[in-house]
Amino acid sequence: MDALNRSGVSKTLLVNGVLREIDAGTLAQALSALDYGEAKVATALNGEFVPARLREVTPVRDGDRIEIVAPRQGG
Amino acid sequence: MTLLQDTRTVTQDSAFTLYGLSFRSRLMLGTSQYPSPAILAEAARASGAEILTVSLRRESARLKEGQDFWRLIRDIGARVLPNTAGCYSVKEAVTTAQMAREVFSTPWVKLEVIGEADTLQPDVFGLVEAARILSADGFEVFPYTTEDLVVAERLLEAGCKVLMPWGAPIGSGKGLNNMFGLRALRAHFPEIPLIVDAGVGVPSHAAAAMELGYDGVLLNTAIAKAGDPAAMARAFGQAIEAGRAAFLAGPMAPRDMAAPSTPVVGRAVLT
Repeated sequence: MDALNRSGVSKTLLVNGVLREIDAGTLAQALSALDYGEAKVATALNGEFVPARLREVTPVRDGDRIEIVAPRQGG
Repeated sequence: MTLLQDTRTVTQDSAFTLYGLSFRSRLMLGTSQYPSPAILAEAARASGAEILTVSLRRESARLKEGQDFWRLIRDIGARVLPNTAGCYSVKEAVTTAQMAREVFSTPWVKLEVIGEADTLQPDVFGLVEAARILSADGFEVFPYTTEDLVVAERLLEAGCKVLMPWGAPIGSGKGLNNMFGLRALRAHFPEIPLIVDAGVGVPSHAAAAMELGYDGVLLNTAIAKAGDPAAMARAFGQAIEAGRAAFLAGPMAPRDMAAPSTPVVGRAVLT
């Protein structure tokens, strides 16, 4: 479970197309560190959907791509 | 009195039912490109639409724009139909649909798999594949497709219970480019809800789709980009109702040559 804990060493993650240095072991910790709080968002890790209930057990690794999306206007 | 009753019997409408849910309004409205959120809300209410299309886009932790938009949509109170707009591959479309199901708490998805950037026409091969994957996963798919009969058949086989052929390219306002194809699709699938989606520019285009016997019309730009979106939304609502009523009333058969409407018999001889 070590991979799921903060290590104190920042990871480089590509969040919505922007490189970020984040100390996070899991996707849930990354969202929290990025200050999304309780926002209504959906997430994908390296192109695969990660349901909200699995964010706490989904590890993030150096170089991972995270997409965080929310409702928006659409036709 | 008898005549009036007979007319009422003939024009009795059936419910507009999509995946088991019935709606009064046959207008489905997009939520993009309005001058302001307030005008979007005003136009949505004026249209009478009970179904609004929405999308998912990257959310900034600082701005949280999506949260404000979601509050606005919830205040309007309509059912939402999330789209997969901008997806060019099956994988992107499927992943977007999965994210939309979670965020919007609905199995509905307006499935778009785009094949060409200039026309935004569907990649119908990818569309069928994505529709099959999503239907098997419990989604209720509204495929944005062309009027192609064979593709329509494949989409139904894939599990779709609604079809949404384009009228013309998205945002073009050209109306119904292929009346013959749309009529053939209607004739081929009399029991399937058919919705013209995209390309509608003015209320007469929407009325024409309804006169063909289409079950509904989905539009966005024609209302959002009008000088007065709420007034245009109202006009579209009226046109769709008028077109539906005309379809139910049974339009006359067109003919090539004139036929006098005033009786010929009894005309005075004045030469």
